[in-house]
Amino acid sequence: MTTLTTTDALRVTGIAKHFGPVTALRDINLHVGYGEVLGLVGDNGAGKSTLIKILTGFQPPDAGTIAINGVDVKLRSVEHARELGIETVYQDLALVNELSVYHNMFLKREVRIGPFLNNAVMRKQAREYLDQMGVRIPSVDVEVAKLSGGQRQAIAIARAVSSNAKILLLDEPLAAMGAKEGAQILDLIRRLKAQGVSVIMIGHNYAQVVEVCDRINLLQRGEITFDKPVGPNSMEEITDIIMQEYRASKFGPTPASA
Amino acid sequence: MANEALAGPPAAPPNGALQTLQNFWRFIVQQRTLSVALIALVMVVYFQFSKSVFLSLGNLQTLAAYTAATAIIAAGEVMLLICGEIDLSVGSVFAMAPFVMYYANQNGIPLLGGIILALLVSAAVGFINGFVSVYLKVPSLIATLGTQFLVSGATLIATNATPVITPDTFPKVTSFAQFFGNNPYSEIIWAVAIVLVMQVLLSLTPWGLRTVATGGNPLGASEVGIGTNRIKMVHFMVASALGGFAGILEAYRITSTDPLAGGTTIMFNAVAGAVIGGTALNGGSGTVVGALLGTIVLGILQDGITLIGINADYYYVVLGAAILAAMILNVRLQILRKAGR
Ligand SMILES: Nc1ncnc2c1ncn2[C@@H]1O[C@H](COP(=O)(O)OP(=O)(O)OP(=O)(O)O)[C@@H](O)[C@H]1O
Ligand SMILES: [Mg+2]
Repeated sequence: MTTLTTTDALRVTGIAKHFGPVTALRDINLHVGYGEVLGLVGDNGAGKSTLIKILTGFQPPDAGTIAINGVDVKLRSVEHARELGIETVYQDLALVNELSVYHNMFLKREVRIGPFLNNAVMRKQAREYLDQMGVRIPSVDVEVAKLSGGQRQAIAIARAVSSNAKILLLDEPLAAMGAKEGAQILDLIRRLKAQGVSVIMIGHNYAQVVEVCDRINLLQRGEITFDKPVGPNSMEEITDIIMQEYRASKFGPTPASA
Repeated sequence: MANEALAGPPAAPPNGALQTLQNFWRFIVQQRTLSVALIALVMVVYFQFSKSVFLSLGNLQTLAAYTAATAIIAAGEVMLLICGEIDLSVGSVFAMAPFVMYYANQNGIPLLGGIILALLVSAAVGFINGFVSVYLKVPSLIATLGTQFLVSGATLIATNATPVITPDTFPKVTSFAQFFGNNPYSEIIWAVAIVLVMQVLLSLTPWGLRTVATGGNPLGASEVGIGTNRIKMVHFMVASALGGFAGILEAYRITSTDPLAGGTTIMFNAVAGAVIGGTALNGGSGTVVGALLGTIVLGILQDGITLIGINADYYYVVLGAAILAAMILNVRLQILRKAGR
């Protein structure tokens, strides 16, 4: 048996996923180091969320391997991925409108007394956690339906972060947030990074992605077509590639001079 | 008046009376269980004044018996409705289960074993309902409509459409039969116990929380790792088993086992009770106690109308109106929720 040292918290090789005739992912290879924040960008429908759902054990890939801490794993379920330290903020947030904030935060990992819910403890911990994160909501007792889009997003992030994840997958975590709240979340990501947590963050706002990420991957036509550490020119580079592709698709493969 | 309330909170500055009206409306919509309990109370008072036998022991027993079986079915139905499904076949399982017990007994199995077997067979029907709805993706409204006909047809064939005398009730009623529904209080005690257990499961345990999540946001629930399919399967099986159990209790109470018992009437009464008690049909909300109260309201109504001696068909008119009113309230509640009030 070989004990191989690895710098990768997560390494993905040759992941493919089809939905009937649609090829969402063709051949994905990517890796995230310990305490590294990887930005994942790409057009709408590029397959980013699909990749996240595979990494979180929600959907099985058609092909490819996933290694966590250098060990190949076959993710059987969301539960299984969670045991391996993977937590997710889904693009749709996966919150239940009819339940209170604190019930949402503890959904599927409820605190119990015997067979019963320990509401007092969950309420208190949820409150403490949200206060720490600087999330402002009227009360942890309100139904999630009554919160604003940004507040809902904050709850979903708090839920993922509060479970001591080692690998955090964030699918557009800042989409509905105001500038101040967005900056708070970016600070939170930096703090987690300092604690050695690995993060994959999807975003369409390149300024935010560049601000917090160490490295950026671009997902195009089911493959990673760009993988570079963030530098002073990252924004321009990515924008250029995407615009190139856009022109190519619009004017045909040879650049038109019209 | 109703129009103003239905229009929701107006943009115009509300005056005092309008404010009161709105608060009242909001109270009715939000404190559903209490409102239904109040309606039940008002009806009791009304019928008592119209016909003083209403609160007599004999009539209360009739009322309890009528309500109990329906409430037991409603308890299972509510859980299914909360996770976004429905079972139209409980009424046929209601008729089938006591026959399973009867035939098992005829073949030398002791009655308790017969009851257990009947409950297992009932749960198996629930399993089929669940499998067809959850895994084969046939909407449960249709899937259970199919099993409703299937089970009631099979019961009629197997029994030659002939009622039998419930075991242990003739020539002498045994204490076993007393325990399982023949005693005038047995059925209502069973009903209250079942309702309480289900309500506790729903509001105080992780299982209940996940049931609400399953109906409230099916995709989200599975994204956080909740086994929504398994939850639905269990609720289908429990609902069906409760339908069978209610059928057995009724067979002991009436002392005859009738293949035409229950059916869609008792099933629709149970669903109506659940709806009147505040259960939304699109999942995510509802209470078992509310369904019990809804069933009691329907029981009082039917019993009262019979007592006063007006044409019993009026019951259906009122029932229809009550379901409509209740559903409008349920939908309003969801809109209020979404509006964040
Ligand atoms: N469950 C599914 N069934 C069928 N097709 C799907 C399913 N999930 C995703 N797809 C398809 O796979 C492709 C990738 O979708 P995905 O949601 O991963 O894109 P995305 O990169 O997250 O886009 P966005 O930036 O808009 O969130 C799309 O063409 C989508 O229609
Ligand atoms: Mg997406």
